[in-house]
Amino acid sequence: MDTPVNKKKLSLKEKYSYLTRDLAWEPSYQKKEDLFPYATYEGIKVHDWEKWEDPFRLTMDAYWKYQAEKERKFYAIIDAFAQNNGHLKITDARYLSALKIFLQAISPGEYAAHKGFARAGREFPGVGPQVACQMQAIDEIRHAQTQIHAMSNYNKFYSGFHAFADQRDRIWYTSVARSFFDDAMSAGPFEFMIAIGFSFEYVLTNLLFVPFMSGAAYNGDMSTVTFGFSAQSDEARHMTLGLECIKFMLEQDPANVEIVQKWIDKWFWRGFRVLGLVSTMMDYMLPKRVMSWREAWDIYGEENGGALFNDLARYGIRPPKGWKDAGEAVDHMSHQFMLALYQWNFGTAFHSWIPSDEDMDWLSKKYPDTFDKYYRPRWEHIKKMDEAGTPFNNFGLAKLCQTCQLPTVFSEPGDPSSLCHRETEYKGETYQFCSDHCCDIFKEEPEKFIQAWLPMPALFQAPLNGDLEAWMEWACLENGSDNGDFKGSHDQVSFQKWREMTTSN
Amino acid sequence: MQIDLRTVSIEPVRKTFDHLARRFGDKPASRYQEGSYDIQAAENLHYRPTWDPDQELYDPNLSRIRMKDWYDLKDPRQFYYSTYTLARSRQQENMEANFAFVEARGLQDMLADELKETALSLLVPLRHAAWGANQNNTLVCGYGFGVVFTQPCMYHAMDNLGISQYLSRIGLLLGGTDALGKGKDIWINDPAWQSLRRYVEDSMVIRDPFEVFVLQNVVLDGLLYPIVYERLVDTYLASQGGQAVAMLTQFMTNWFTESKKWTTGVLKVAAAESPENAQVLADWINHWSDRAVSALLPIVNSVVDERVDELVSEELDAFRARIVKTGIPL
Repeated sequence: MDTPVNKKKLSLKEKYSYLTRDLAWEPSYQKKEDLFPYATYEGIKVHDWEKWEDPFRLTMDAYWKYQAEKERKFYAIIDAFAQNNGHLKITDARYLSALKIFLQAISPGEYAAHKGFARAGREFPGVGPQVACQMQAIDEIRHAQTQIHAMSNYNKFYSGFHAFADQRDRIWYTSVARSFFDDAMSAGPFEFMIAIGFSFEYVLTNLLFVPFMSGAAYNGDMSTVTFGFSAQSDEARHMTLGLECIKFMLEQDPANVEIVQKWIDKWFWRGFRVLGLVSTMMDYMLPKRVMSWREAWDIYGEENGGALFNDLARYGIRPPKGWKDAGEAVDHMSHQFMLALYQWNFGTAFHSWIPSDEDMDWLSKKYPDTFDKYYRPRWEHIKKMDEAGTPFNNFGLAKLCQTCQLPTVFSEPGDPSSLCHRETEYKGETYQFCSDHCCDIFKEEPEKFIQAWLPMPALFQAPLNGDLEAWMEWACLENGSDNGDFKGSHDQVSFQKWREMTTSN
Repeated sequence: MQIDLRTVSIEPVRKTFDHLARRFGDKPASRYQEGSYDIQAAENLHYRPTWDPDQELYDPNLSRIRMKDWYDLKDPRQFYYSTYTLARSRQQENMEANFAFVEARGLQDMLADELKETALSLLVPLRHAAWGANQNNTLVCGYGFGVVFTQPCMYHAMDNLGISQYLSRIGLLLGGTDALGKGKDIWINDPAWQSLRRYVEDSMVIRDPFEVFVLQNVVLDGLLYPIVYERLVDTYLASQGGQAVAMLTQFMTNWFTESKKWTTGVLKVAAAESPENAQVLADWINHWSDRAVSALLPIVNSVVDERVDELVSEELDAFRARIVKTGIPL
């Protein structure tokens, strides 16, 4: 007892290093490149994996302990939510459109991220990044599950939630997010980290989660607020991982800078296009608004992103190529995209509606340079048609961008009155794009992007051959209940009825 | 605006999501079902992987095992993230109490030197084997097909990491950082450990996710855990005055008992699917268990002097009996 072995007190950093990266060894029965076969083909050079700085130091016992505490709280709250008809406390059933889009398009992305991080957690030849990626892998399946569990109760009462798993693969607008995650997962481990770990988690995640969760809180949706809060400390870890990853790549070899820059250009724009869905939510779908998409962009995009790219400038990294065009597009994108969603709302598993006069006044205040000039007249026209009993529907085929998969409804940079449209030829075929940036992304990897599955053309091919009803059945879209205008919808009628039941005698 | 809601009972419009109603009928689904079934993209995958264009992004054909529906391979523990973390958090509380018990009484310093050395040279090198297990389970999760099969592999990978960290802590407690260095040296250079290290390195070049599941979770762990933790630590070392060591490996013993239910359940369903599957599984298990036994023998031999073959062959028999019961013709 009196001769204890040399147990000098280890610093936290040393201890964590013993408990993680010291676990690996140099293999001798197999070649290292056979154990980690995908580590070099992207051209990123790593000279010393030991230089990796652990972005957080969390051992498994601590992880289990903290996460279990959060899980207990989360499920206690959503159980109470379900028992007490928490869904009737939301401001208005219109709010649900935002949730439906989230469940159909974003939650499947959480699962894809889970899978992608599991792959990265196996493919990196250093234990530091492996363990960090594995923790994110298990976190991401948590997020997919907590989101499904939180929305499960809404599904029992409202339209549009019931077929999220089918619609993830079949309905047209979800392929914007699906193709984004498929693109990241089909890339190598380093590009995956720039795509999801850096661009999505670090640069863009605040633009998705902060407005979304504030929107939920403003609109009385305790269930969504709860999963948002519960995920927050996970997200903080994910952000530090994304940042460490990019710094590590840039510090390892000067030749990495050019490759990383190309990926930043690509993934910023890909992510920005996915956020088009969020922009419509912010500006059009919240009965009680938090802030405009423009305001969110100014804070979480311009300010935070600007500071980040200033910080990265010392490595020779410049802001993403699409940065300026994105800033300009923010004044238009939600309006252009919402007009598109409205005219194709026979094909969406969520409701849309014509903004009220009050809504339009808010929009013109928030978008003083663009709304009254370009978009109010279009909504007024649609409103007139609706009042005349001839609601505006566009049954024509929307051209989808071969890269981002959004309909090509956005305007030319610098000229809001003309439609931006690009095309290019590859191996005798013509491909359509919504913007220069999407066209450039295609040209970098044409062999990849010609494989894209485009949902709109699929409607016009066998076996559907343009049969809209058959398409709806195939897409698990219940016509007359899931889709169309909010006005007169099942959601509107039952929400009102139930709310009256609970508030009147 | 604060609205006071009366408690009223509102009849739900539907009971569950469509994909779950198709699988389980039109009734409320469990949280395990909601969080596991069909949440992986199934159709209209956009691009082939640039890292291997012969594969699909989610590809059931990476394995020689064939399933009509990979969602048949459910986890009998019904672990989804929440139930998993709650279970492990209880276990880690228990382990914290065990470590605190040992440390508060200085039990680690009361161990006879020889016994301590034996414990260290047995357990510390195993932290590297546990890291190999972590790599293998991460691979099965990443490239395996169907959420109910792959999600428990992610949990298992994190368990493997947790185990390697408990083993490291045992090393630090009993012998400080020197013990970790010595353990690594044994793992890399000691002849008695080379077959095991070779097993782990060879396993890491296998890319058939189901084979990796078998060679790691079924075969290697199926032999290593009973031999090392039940026979050598809980029985042999404990009988020599090493009860404190057994307290510090309690997690491993309980974890193996629990996770055996899962691995056995998966084997049963995969083997029952077709005689071809059963045969592939039998071939893998025969091949890898031969290697595992010859890797474990010298390690057991370095702990006990007598009846080494008998101990290992008893465990091998028990293992084979367990496998045969799942319908795999060994």
